Amino acid sequence: MKISLNHLKGMGSLIALLLIVIVFAISSPVFLEGRNLENIIVQVAVIAVIASGAMFVILTGGIDLSVGGVLALAGVLSASVVRSTGSPALAILVCLGVSLLLGLAAGGLITYGRIPPFVCTLGIMSIARGAAFVYSGGIPISGFPRAFRFVGAGEIAGIPMMVIIPVIVYGILYFVLRSTPFGKIVYAIGSNEEATQLTGINTSKYKLIVYGLAGLLTGLGALMYIGRINSGHPNSGLGYELDAIAAVVIGGTSLSGGRGSIIGTVIGALIMGVISNGLNLLNIDPYYQSIVLGTVIILAVMIDQNSQRQRA
Amino acid sequence: MNRRTLLSATCLALALALGVGPARADQTKKPLVFGYQVQDLGNQYWVKVAEGVKAQAKEMGVSVVVMDARTDAARELSNIDDMIQKKVDAILLSPWDANSGANAVAEANKAKIPVFVLDIGVSSGDIESLVVSDNLEGGHIAGRYIAKSIPAGAEVAHIQCQPGYVIPALRGKGFTEIMKEVGLKIVAAQSADSQRAKGMDVMQNILQAHPKLSAVFAENDEMALGAIEAIAAAGKSDQVKVVGFDGTDDARAAIKEGRLAATVAQEPTEMGKLGVKTGVAFLNGQHVEKTTFVPVELLTPDKLGK
Repeated sequence: MKISLNHLKGMGSLIALLLIVIVFAISSPVFLEGRNLENIIVQVAVIAVIASGAMFVILTGGIDLSVGGVLALAGVLSASVVRSTGSPALAILVCLGVSLLLGLAAGGLITYGRIPPFVCTLGIMSIARGAAFVYSGGIPISGFPRAFRFVGAGEIAGIPMMVIIPVIVYGILYFVLRSTPFGKIVYAIGSNEEATQLTGINTSKYKLIVYGLAGLLTGLGALMYIGRINSGHPNSGLGYELDAIAAVVIGGTSLSGGRGSIIGTVIGALIMGVISNGLNLLNIDPYYQSIVLGTVIILAVMIDQNSQRQRA
Repeated sequence: MNRRTLLSATCLALALALGVGPARADQTKKPLVFGYQVQDLGNQYWVKVAEGVKAQAKEMGVSVVVMDARTDAARELSNIDDMIQKKVDAILLSPWDANSGANAVAEANKAKIPVFVLDIGVSSGDIESLVVSDNLEGGHIAGRYIAKSIPAGAEVAHIQCQPGYVIPALRGKGFTEIMKEVGLKIVAAQSADSQRAKGMDVMQNILQAHPKLSAVFAENDEMALGAIEAIAAAGKSDQVKVVGFDGTDDARAAIKEGRLAATVAQEPTEMGKLGVKTGVAFLNGQHVEKTTFVPVELLTPDKLGK
């Protein structure tokens, strides 16, 4: 029963998204063009994929601040591998492998080492970012074979991979959260970890998997990112952890865990992308853009909480 | 009459509320619209370039939209997509680095929008013009100033930015050309990665190896300011003259206080203005040079008025 209610959540943020779209559609003649809608999705694709992993972590009552640093490290490492070996497959393996390992390391330290998620992932963010700078010497590693860039810059039947990948990722995760025991256990851990443990479920194991999954999705985001810009840079992904968390929270997921829907997170990511794109189209001074974004984050969560209260 | 006033007032209020007042109102006149994609508006240098762009655009009746990449190459690309969507007449681009710039130019080329690159440069793609400080000439200026202020046969040192950075390397090239010309010997040439702290370390090492050093050219002000700290710590401030490059506020203050001998100042505001002028000239069918140089200027205690 609880889970089907969770599925309904995020309707408030849908209303917010529609309102924002209407305002931009009226004020900018080019906003609703197909090409622009595609732009918006391409522009939020990396954040959306990372946010989907962040959402699992938040559902268990945790938080992941490491994603920006992990993205940078996995990005420069795989950029260097593809430059030196010329093998896209190996580079992709390195990118996903490094991110997965860092995610599992965070999960292990949090569950078995009893380090609070905030502190642990903050530390990993800093270590990974530093390692990315050490490894690259601060200099971007650029120029990849076409096959390696496919994930970020390729297209199938005219549809960019940056659109296709998030759709597939969210499709799979929607199914996982709604229809698998794993999804139900993730919600249960966030609602009441002790009670879940008492039913005989090894919550530590599941939390480890969740952090690993978040790491893996960050690695996928890193592949998309460096493929798109054709360069692995130690400075990349700065502040992405906060963008990802913002997308999750705008989408109605509770920061204390146990409540939230994957559709809400898509909407949250879209809201962030639409605002940034729309304000650009409207000539709004860049300095004001972050003020608007902050305001919308707060408003969207307010609308969402109101709509929840009305339903309750 | 009254009703019409009311109507237009309502329209105006609506337009203002939607934040499109000026852009809409001018549409009948079809003014040129430029997009300026700037590297980082958290950095004083780029803020000045953007100010130059806006000031010149206003003077020439060009409407300009500024988008900030905030040091993120992906955001830079997104901004270019947004400009293409906006159908701007020309894109002014200060890329995050030469490679990210190449991606941005590739997008603009596909959309057939002319691109004018302000500083940094791009590694590939078709651009109409590169507007950049005359870095080679700046190196010449620094070299001539040093040659004039130290005795013949004295020892000089050269502190460089990261290997592979094209623009600072031009400054270094100009400097070494003059040293060769006047017969001054560069006894040490080392990289300090553009950073102040590293500039200090590198300077310490150089002083250790060459205690009779008379002058130093650093390819940017940050490293020059680090170098003067090391020289002061060694008690050699009267012996070693340091010349930097950029003309940052810190460097100007150090020159006024007599700690730094001179710097070659770039004119970021002028760069922004020249970018808009070049773009307008191109769209009016005039010929524009592939590279447009922004003049640089030597700043000395005399010029800054101690």
